[in-house]
Amino acid sequence: MSAPTAARLGFLACHVCELVSRPPTGAAECACPRCGAQLHSRKPNAVARTWALLIAAAILYLPANIEPVMITSSFLGTQSDTILSGVAYLYHSGSWPLAALVFLASVLVPLLKLFALSYLALSVQRRSQLRLLPRTRLYRLLEFIGRWSMLDVFVVMVLVALVNMGALANIRAGAGAMYFGGVVVLTMLASMSFDPRMIWDATGDADG
Amino acid sequence: MTHSGLLACHECDLLQREVALPPGGKAICPRCKATLYTQSNNSIDRALALMLAAAVLFAIGNAFPVVTMEIQGRRTAALVWEGAWRLHEEGETVVGILVFLTALIFPLLQIAGMLAILVPLRLGLTPRYLVPAYRTIEEVKPWSMVEVFMLGVLVSLVKLAHMATVVPGIGMWAFFGLIIALAWASSTLNPHEVWARLEVGEPEPAQ
Repeated sequence: MSAPTAARLGFLACHVCELVSRPPTGAAECACPRCGAQLHSRKPNAVARTWALLIAAAILYLPANIEPVMITSSFLGTQSDTILSGVAYLYHSGSWPLAALVFLASVLVPLLKLFALSYLALSVQRRSQLRLLPRTRLYRLLEFIGRWSMLDVFVVMVLVALVNMGALANIRAGAGAMYFGGVVVLTMLASMSFDPRMIWDATGDADG
Repeated sequence: MTHSGLLACHECDLLQREVALPPGGKAICPRCKATLYTQSNNSIDRALALMLAAAVLFAIGNAFPVVTMEIQGRRTAALVWEGAWRLHEEGETVVGILVFLTALIFPLLQIAGMLAILVPLRLGLTPRYLVPAYRTIEEVKPWSMVEVFMLGVLVSLVKLAHMATVVPGIGMWAFFGLIIALAWASSTLNPHEVWARLEVGEPEPAQ
């Protein structure tokens, strides 16, 4: 018993304007009759692309956390901050709610995205029929929170722009900022490449 | 061959029939619980008003400093593009481009693009550029990060508070207004309605 999906009934739903249409018989690919976007039943090579982007993001994740994101120099000396030491600094300076927020956005969210997307990609490859709804909800959550990881990149930018007073006080961006920005962009692209409809495709295996 | 009235859930592909909703109503996929579409009164009028407000706030936010800082009598103020330029000057060009795009160019595209679509629709016109323009805006949207940028500004303020006097500028209040206007506009506007209107004006899109 499988649910009536567009794909099973021979329809294509446009991923841009969501118009449901029936492709001309024999056509391998065609354009959406309403908005002109390329139509495909599922995002092309979704699992392979998701994996490729995830692996790239995981590689950048290391230097993103090891390299300093910010270098502060003043008459008191020079100090390098990584993502984690920045969180520790916020915590010790008394603003623990903010420290928690930055920890969530810069440390937990990227890790959650790496692990959760790997889990989703694996479960789709194994055509798992378990926890369909929770997995869809997990994907929805990832799509929503992914962009918030850019927080630290913006913090660096504002500090660099403001604290620009020569010998008195000067903040520069470190190499970590670039790697970290790379992690955020790659994990966002990875979750965009994944197609949550594939989670539900496993339910109709019997009739192919 | 199109099938109007049919709708495939964008998250689980379940095929279903589009039904009319009461104002403020929300259609939810019975299988995966994704929000399919919403209905609000005068959605195009409201979105247009909010987008006009957003355009004004965006201009103010980028013309006036977001924060001003003072250390021992020396003041600095920062605009978004200046911050991006500083990053570039220090050799962090990639990061500079990233913030320039996500905090300035993509929000600008989003606002200008929505106005370029909503104004003609309001006037009952459907010039040919509307379809590709709306498609582009939908793709740009996830990369427009004004709200994340503002949270970044707040965190920076706290970080700086111990070493300098920091004063939120007019730009910051404009950005707060901008976030509200953009979020409100996107929750008001029903993309299905926009696409349906575009379809009426353009039966045969170029491709």
